[in-house]
Amino acid sequence: MPLIRVEGGKAVVADDGFVSVADDAALPASGGAIVSLKRFQAERETLLGRNAPTGVRLTAAENPEALGDDVHRLSVVTLEFPAFNDGRAFSWARILRTRMGYKGEVRAAGHYIYDQLNYQRRVGFDAWATDRYGVADFEKAFAEITNVYQPSTDGKKTIRELRTAK
Amino acid sequence: MYRYDEFDAKFVAERVAQFRGQVERRLAGAITEDEFKPLRLMNGLYLQLHAYMLRIAVPYGTLSSKQLRKLAHIARVYDKGFGHFTTRTNLQFNWIKLVDVPDILSELASVEMHCIQTSGNCIRNVTADQFAGATPEEIEDPRPLAEIIRQWSSLHPEFVFLARKFKIAVGATEHDRAALLYHDMAVDIVRNAEGRVGYKVVAGGGMGRTPYIAQTMSEFVEREDILAYLEAVLRVYNQDSRRDNKHKQRIKILINAIGVEEMRRRVDREFAEIKRTGSLQLPAEELARITAYFAPPQFEALPDNMPFGDKAFEDWKKTNVARHRAPGYAIATISLKTVGQIPGDASADQMDMIADLVDEYSLGEVRVSHEQNLVLPHVRQRDLPAIFSRLQALDLAAPNSGLITDIIACPGLDYCDLANARSIPIAQDIAKKFADIGRQQEIGELKIKISGCINACGHHHAGHIGILGVDKKGVEFYQLQLGGSGAEDASIGDIMGPGFGEHEIANAVERVVNHYLAVRKDGERFLDTYRRVGMEPFKNVAYQEQMYAAHTG
Amino acid sequence: MAKVQDPQMLTANRLRDGEVLYWAKGGWVLGLKDGEVFADPKAADAALAESQRDVKNNTVVATYLFDVRVADGVIKPVKEREIIRAKGPTVRGEGKQASHV
Repeated sequence: MPLIRVEGGKAVVADDGFVSVADDAALPASGGAIVSLKRFQAERETLLGRNAPTGVRLTAAENPEALGDDVHRLSVVTLEFPAFNDGRAFSWARILRTRMGYKGEVRAAGHYIYDQLNYQRRVGFDAWATDRYGVADFEKAFAEITNVYQPSTDGKKTIRELRTAK
Repeated sequence: MYRYDEFDAKFVAERVAQFRGQVERRLAGAITEDEFKPLRLMNGLYLQLHAYMLRIAVPYGTLSSKQLRKLAHIARVYDKGFGHFTTRTNLQFNWIKLVDVPDILSELASVEMHCIQTSGNCIRNVTADQFAGATPEEIEDPRPLAEIIRQWSSLHPEFVFLARKFKIAVGATEHDRAALLYHDMAVDIVRNAEGRVGYKVVAGGGMGRTPYIAQTMSEFVEREDILAYLEAVLRVYNQDSRRDNKHKQRIKILINAIGVEEMRRRVDREFAEIKRTGSLQLPAEELARITAYFAPPQFEALPDNMPFGDKAFEDWKKTNVARHRAPGYAIATISLKTVGQIPGDASADQMDMIADLVDEYSLGEVRVSHEQNLVLPHVRQRDLPAIFSRLQALDLAAPNSGLITDIIACPGLDYCDLANARSIPIAQDIAKKFADIGRQQEIGELKIKISGCINACGHHHAGHIGILGVDKKGVEFYQLQLGGSGAEDASIGDIMGPGFGEHEIANAVERVVNHYLAVRKDGERFLDTYRRVGMEPFKNVAYQEQMYAAHTG
Repeated sequence: MAKVQDPQMLTANRLRDGEVLYWAKGGWVLGLKDGEVFADPKAADAALAESQRDVKNNTVVATYLFDVRVADGVIKPVKEREIIRAKGPTVRGEGKQASHV
């Protein structure tokens, strides 16, 4: 599936570099592998010992705090949307970025819609596995609401900050 | 009242453009109805029994005359000439066309109004006491904090896809007129032992299928910490609430499942983290800046000198006029419950004429109460007779605020897709039965609340007498609940038993009321008598006709 | 004895303006009295399936079948909800009753 990333503040098509591996499938010989939390916890040493980057895929019910300090050894954390109206991943993304200080890639997968892209970006997603939306869609989505009231990790100034700057 | 600056204005304008785009994509089929539905709900647009219904936000129940006139205009041009004020102090139009909504939103934006988050699984309209800023009872005006919460919650990126709706209220008085304890979360402005003002936060209240009274999350949150604290509650709710059963996804279910101690522990942990990052701290200057918008108007220096008038005026004064903080002033309630009227409704003409009253007599401001009435918050006592006279001409002068004919009723099966039974005709029947003003005064405070289905938009659980419409094998039946209260003495009404038919329910209510009159002690309201004597005697009289029939049949 | 299925009709809301519609021979009408009554549940199901064409082409939403009874040529829905939906609100008369459909 194509991958869109935000790089340098812009949405770009990116090379994935990772495969998402099922629990019962073999790990790839080379290249990045994204596994479930369960598998990561079971095969942690093997995974981190590979000469390739590792990622973990969390379901909507899984709190990223379960990864602990290991999160800093991951290149990707994928947060799944089982249905677009299941908004738990918005909190998981914020927890990754703020409480856990995670600097790697936070990727959205599963069922989400165009109208959520801006919210996802604001809470800390910076990559989307999607065959539904292209770069133009992302750019349009990000531009729809310029002024925001809440602080977030996208670095956008809040309305309060804009007011004080005047 | 709050005035948009260029940032607020652009925010709303872009939201309108966004929805215009969403409507176009829907009409073109670029998104499905399933995907469009939450988007239109988050702009207040429902598909109801007959047509689309649009719910317009009235933040903390405050409107200017200009805004009220715009609502009248929208009623005329885009609807059928009337609107309905709701139990969350919003306004609903029942006959809206989807294709008109972007233009309606544009018109609303021109007077600093919107429909953002008035529905959907997100944080809803923030409500407050309809007497805010005018009553001498409050510690301070709750509306600045309500406005701050409104801004913080507007398109909050983390909380737009919650498990269910989330309703917040703010209070600042001992006597609660905003039903704080029935909200998902409420902030009560309090003074601590050192005399410092801060915020008590409660959460987990709610109506619906499983009503709950809210429990205390924190006895005292410092002013600067309040947004961090509220965000902590929302985050715990968003991450930990169920997503598998639509009927078990409100915060009241979560708190009751894990217990209030565990909920507090989770919230405190999150709160400590958010506070540590500092990004949500509320500086004193910001609170002061917002508070300045709500500075009391310039009151004239007048002596207290309540005018007298004929019986009609005196009756109205007794119930519909409340004390004001400024000498010589008063708070006047415009009852939208004239006997026989649809509760909470106002025609476009009435709205325009009330707007005139607002300009002439109430310093430009009008309020909506969650009991579906309007309030003129700042009127001079000496203008009360003139105001009353004008209300009489509008047929909005019912002297019944808080009395038995001041009934809360949801739109019910006449309008609502979710309803099982009609509620408006029941409200009208009961009001007609008790129309006599002398009798109403004799009965005193008695809050009847009617819901047409278990979703409880009529707040029947909080009624001194609550009525729930149900569908029993295709026939409308009405269950009675007694002893509910939405005030600071919050309680959930007790279910009496089997329901009454459409033509029986008003009689059953009358038997219940007559029994109250027969056994009450000095000074007891219906609610007090019920709490003293319990359900049994009321149940006996309510069902007495059936029992008589059973004996003799 | 098994419950006998009442005759059915098919209804929807028009997407662009929310107007209540009734299916009639491959299209939609405004008035209940002009709608098609299906005595045979199979025919009702077939109509429901056919009407999905208009869901897909974004003309209507919320299609569903509901029960009616016909007496002396007059169609009466079984459920109160559908009676009100067909006529308009009972408390004001501003709905379909006003446009005499």
